[in-house]
Amino acid sequence: MKKFLITLVMAVLPLTANAAGGSGHLDHMDVDLHNQASLQRGMKTFVNYCMGCHSAEYQRYERAAIDLGMNPEVVAEHLIFGDLKVGEQMKISMSKEDAGKWFGNPPPDLTLEARLRGGDWLYTYLRSFYADDSRPWGVNNAVFKDVGMPNVLGSLQGIVKANCSWDEMNAHGLAGHGIDPLTNTPLNSCASVVDGTGELSPQEFDKVVYDLVNFMVYMGEPSKLDSHRIGTYVLIFLFLFFFLAYALKKEFWRDIH
Amino acid sequence: MAGSRNKGNPGIMGWIDDRFPATAMWEDHLSKYYAPKNFNFWYFFGSLALLVLVNQLLTGIWLTMSYNPSAEGAFASIEYIMRDVEYGWLLRYMHSTGASAFFVVVYLHMLRGMMYGSYRKPRELVWLFGMTIYLALMAEAFMGYLLPWGQMSYWGAQVIVSLFQAVPFIGPDLAEWIRGDYLISGITLNRFFSLHVVALPIVLLALVVLHIIALHEVGSNNPDGIEIKEKKDENGVPLDGIPFHPYYSVKDIVGVVVFLFVFCAVVFFFPEGGGYLIEAPNFEPANPLKTPPHIAPVWYFTPFYAMLRAIPPLFGSQFPGVVVMGGAIAILFVLPWLDRSPVKSIRYKGMPSKIMLVIFCISFVILGYLGVVASTPGRTIVAQVCTALYFAYFFLMPFYTKMESTKPVPERVTG
Repeated sequence: MKKFLITLVMAVLPLTANAAGGSGHLDHMDVDLHNQASLQRGMKTFVNYCMGCHSAEYQRYERAAIDLGMNPEVVAEHLIFGDLKVGEQMKISMSKEDAGKWFGNPPPDLTLEARLRGGDWLYTYLRSFYADDSRPWGVNNAVFKDVGMPNVLGSLQGIVKANCSWDEMNAHGLAGHGIDPLTNTPLNSCASVVDGTGELSPQEFDKVVYDLVNFMVYMGEPSKLDSHRIGTYVLIFLFLFFFLAYALKKEFWRDIH
Repeated sequence: MAGSRNKGNPGIMGWIDDRFPATAMWEDHLSKYYAPKNFNFWYFFGSLALLVLVNQLLTGIWLTMSYNPSAEGAFASIEYIMRDVEYGWLLRYMHSTGASAFFVVVYLHMLRGMMYGSYRKPRELVWLFGMTIYLALMAEAFMGYLLPWGQMSYWGAQVIVSLFQAVPFIGPDLAEWIRGDYLISGITLNRFFSLHVVALPIVLLALVVLHIIALHEVGSNNPDGIEIKEKKDENGVPLDGIPFHPYYSVKDIVGVVVFLFVFCAVVFFFPEGGGYLIEAPNFEPANPLKTPPHIAPVWYFTPFYAMLRAIPPLFGSQFPGVVVMGGAIAILFVLPWLDRSPVKSIRYKGMPSKIMLVIFCISFVILGYLGVVASTPGRTIVAQVCTALYFAYFFLMPFYTKMESTKPVPERVTG
């Protein structure tokens, strides 16, 4: 019995460390669905940079506008580029058949991408592109090896030169070591941005990606805003009702011994 | 008899009672159904199972109003429910969380029966109906899981249906017959939808009625495992019995509130349950050409899935594993005839029975865990040991229950 228990503990312990793994190092981001300014900026980035190829075919423009505190008419004017109505879903004009021919695989719909991959994964992935001349788009990714997607945010981020192996960068992260506060340059020795190639500083770029992922998390489950609000009242009600129910039970059971 | 009581009374109820035994039924099953007064914590789960069943039926009806049972439209219709249907997200999460909650309460309900010997004579049929409910529930949950038509829905169904393929000789034909196609397709989705929303709920409801009628015929067991009907007062009321209504109806309300607190916390704040209640790959539509890296069934099937994986193939066939997995469920049916103890409740059984029950529970939980994670040689050995212990609980039961010394059973129920 004792031996069995020891075997058991030995077999189970390493699993707990393993359970979270799978995609290498991920930077953590704190999703904030109440930061409407961030969500609005994220939607703008999504529409401008992602929707060239990716649709969000379950998300309606109008719903996002209302949830994010924007006037639907303003959204229709500035964030809808085709002839879609504001009540329609965020579709794109590229057909799946064509996209499949051009890219090998059609770019996936992104409505639920944050629920599929998680916010941390997206936040790390979008910041983990690096220059690799052997790839068709000239870039590879430390989270998603040999990814078929170009670095769409490259003009903002600049060219990232890497000098570690993919495995090393996957395990430790490309931008995972933070920024040196004195020189304002990334501390990581694995990769660095070539000066003057990007429109934004690394911090500004991280913020753009943060806002974008924050929006994608919202888009994955717009009902979350409602469910947290309603759920709080439901739990408070049940908590209070418990005392009433318990008192009722006590009263009925008074003479049962 | 119910038919001759409450006749000729005035008023609306009298009018009804002359034509239909409404008051008699109310009395037989609630206000004059005498339950032992010493029910403890474990006795909440029967009524909670009924509550969850009603939850599943009601939310299911409303989900069906907006769901599209086709391979082309199923996935999109779930997102339509989540976004465009008023409170659709709430209906969907209540239903998806309810499925897991159903298994939580049913497993605890079954454990209660095993602890206090509620399957023993004269309650064998109560147990058999209950086990059949469990079986129908597994089929219901499995078929329901295909309906969102996500990657895990699709590949989970593919794996489970392919188990039938391991049956010698008729396997491939059998699997094809179940799917209605050479692989899981829209045809499979349509028939699973039909079975999930029509056939199995009817079977489940009928079985629940049989379960309760059988229970109320013989009366409820209790933590002491003694028959309260043996000691009655001059009116024929068991001395240790109290009317189910109002005593247990008001007590169950307390249990319901506590249960709902946990249930609603999950529904409103953690509907994915850390990936155990709604698995992440299910946020990607089913794709027959792309296998997910790690296929795991939902948590309530994982103990049996771990057993399946623990059994090595014989002559290249997975059939032995399928037999063991089926056997693990089938052996529960004959439990009433394996227990030879002179006492019912674990309170008065000997140490061997107590140890075996604890080992059984631990093995079941470990198997459940192993079924979630990827298998390694080390984990396979643990799974094999746990499978052996699981079966040892049943196979050795006729011996240890007969040989061990038991404690004297009290005349009347204790606290």
